[in-house]
Amino acid sequence: MRLRETAEEQAFRHELRAWLDETLPTLPPASPFEDWPAKRAYDTGWQRRLFEAGYAGISWPQEYGGRGATPSEELIFLEETERAGAPYVGCNFVSTLHAGPTIAAEGTPEQRARYLPPILRGDEVWCQGFSEPEAGSDLASLRTRAVRDGDHYVVTGQKIWTSHAQVADFCELLVRTDPDAPRHRGITWMIMPMDSAGIEVRPMRTLTGESEFSEMFLDEVRIPVGNVVGAENDGWRVAMVTFGFERGTAFVGELLGSMRLLTDLVEIARKGPAGPRGTAWDDAGIRRELAVVGAELDAQWALTRRNVSRAARHGNAGVGGSVFKLAYHETRQRLGEVALRVLGRARLALDDPTGLSSRHLDHVHQRLYALSLSIAAGTAQVQRNIVGERLLGLPKER
Amino acid sequence: MDFEPTDDQVALQSGLRRFLADRVTPEARRAMVELPGAVDRDLWRELAGMGVFALTLPEATGGAGLGAAEATLVFEELGRAAVPGPLIGTFLAAGLGEGATTSAGAGLAAAAATGDAVVGLVPRTVVGAPALIEHLAALDGLMVVGDEEVELVEPPLASRPVTRPLDPLTPVDVVDDLPGGTALGGLDVVGRLRAGGGLLAAALQIGLADAAMTMATGYALQRTQFGRLIGSFQALKHLLADAQVQVEVARAAVQAAGVEVDDALAGHGDAARLHRALDAARIVASGAADRATRACVQVHGGMGFTWEHDAHLYLKRALVLDAGIGSPDEAVESLAGAL
Repeated sequence: MRLRETAEEQAFRHELRAWLDETLPTLPPASPFEDWPAKRAYDTGWQRRLFEAGYAGISWPQEYGGRGATPSEELIFLEETERAGAPYVGCNFVSTLHAGPTIAAEGTPEQRARYLPPILRGDEVWCQGFSEPEAGSDLASLRTRAVRDGDHYVVTGQKIWTSHAQVADFCELLVRTDPDAPRHRGITWMIMPMDSAGIEVRPMRTLTGESEFSEMFLDEVRIPVGNVVGAENDGWRVAMVTFGFERGTAFVGELLGSMRLLTDLVEIARKGPAGPRGTAWDDAGIRRELAVVGAELDAQWALTRRNVSRAARHGNAGVGGSVFKLAYHETRQRLGEVALRVLGRARLALDDPTGLSSRHLDHVHQRLYALSLSIAAGTAQVQRNIVGERLLGLPKER
Repeated sequence: MDFEPTDDQVALQSGLRRFLADRVTPEARRAMVELPGAVDRDLWRELAGMGVFALTLPEATGGAGLGAAEATLVFEELGRAAVPGPLIGTFLAAGLGEGATTSAGAGLAAAAATGDAVVGLVPRTVVGAPALIEHLAALDGLMVVGDEEVELVEPPLASRPVTRPLDPLTPVDVVDDLPGGTALGGLDVVGRLRAGGGLLAAALQIGLADAAMTMATGYALQRTQFGRLIGSFQALKHLLADAQVQVEVARAAVQAAGVEVDDALAGHGDAARLHRALDAARIVASGAADRATRACVQVHGGMGFTWEHDAHLYLKRALVLDAGIGSPDEAVESLAGAL
């Protein structure tokens, strides 16, 4: 068990830190709230900078244009970019972390040559068309139909929770190509150009007030047969391949961001609001809750390093990702709860009117956002089934 | 960075696990309550023979030359077997030999390392207040940790036994007036014992918690109600999954803290980071042990609430460990101060 870095890892960290110090001051200002084209431009601009410096596709194999970094180096990359306050992956999430790696693993040479370089350069943005109104946790029950018509499929159905659909160029789409096959065996993974006729995108406003997600209505959208990745009706396996890429790093930015929120919150608590009983920090209940949240975040950082080490040894982190997510969402939601206790009446506004905080001025927003962590990317209930069945060996319910 | 255990570390842990599974069966463990102070001195020497107490001493002085990281693995196994006795006190006493400034310390250390001395570890209570001492009847020495110094108090002491200790396998005696003793060290030794005591208690709790989870999961895979295995019900599955998550996270934190201790000793450390890692480990291990041992009682239903079933032994041992040197409550305040 070694936590210290190797000389190579240290060198990687220093080189990256130097590049970040030099590059971040030259970035344009972040995009305004809810301006999605501006956000696309900002996020893809950052991706372009990463590409030019050789950091794009950090965990992708080198043969597909990635950096081929080890899981430890990927962890360092995420740690340093978060520490430096670099932009998040944003609009490039699906392309760099999901669709790209899937095409690298399962696509044809032509598909790789067509789609991977523009992803790395930040030229093209992807979205994900997996979930449907009637297929959430039970994804394999998806009903969007694709009917073969010559050298095209004709696709009709409805998708939901499609992040950045309004600015995407392509969609990684799961469709049902064989309605008579057992449900996992009639699904196909295909690439849908977002400028195809018959696509209607309707943004949805979440309870945080943002419209990152959309509903997507597909009405006889024609998709070339050559856009299928993997074989027809083999899409479930192709989709699952992506989950095998889990290296224990999926929530590193989240976790480090939470640590920064905590530091910021402690600063706010120490300075005020000064009530008749002193500052929030003088309240032992609040102070101790902040400490326990801090201990849990530190412990989850240790677990992250365990998961990353496991991925380095065995190729993936296994069920460790689910273990992390279950622990993390609870701590993060409690951080949000104690944040509101610290803020007192300042919670009434979705930014920080007290002016006490230098960074992350949005603890109220974060309190709301944290609610999504037990829903998105596998609900806490599904994750508990995974941990119960795969780690503890308990039987399925039916 | 490679935070996975090495092959040697895996072998160390699994060897001890096999030994303890044979040697400390549930029946044998319950029988230990009849022994003075509930300490099996043969087992104590066998553990010493396996290098448990001298684990971190240099090989030149008869130790295994290993570090705090390995100690967390060893203590996880001692916790898994719920071995009764002042394991932490004896282990830390054996470590006092290094740089010992007093002859009392050197003698105690040597005897602890070979398993010939059973050594307790308690905080110095307020003058005049009665002190509760675990395993007193078995003790050859008692380290009393004050704010600024550590003293060695040698039994026998005027005391009266508690007839109903919280943990039946942790007998307790009340000493009305704990006398002063021989000086063992000052602030640095206080700091070492606090840090070590907290870390090893946390490691024991990981073992206790994991054993409780194994027991609970085993029962959920065997008990049928409503015509099904109860482990297939999500209500139970989720209860167990949540507890296991806490155990996995806490285990990583405890082992990371062990590695930080070793890095600090090797000159690669950072004092603030080390203390924070120790505090965090102490806090989450206590929480995980509480969660897992309670889940174990709950999953066993009425049987889990009986004296006959072992579930309460794990739960109570975990509670006992929270009252030792370097308690989770101290760790919370300490970590708050470092935020």
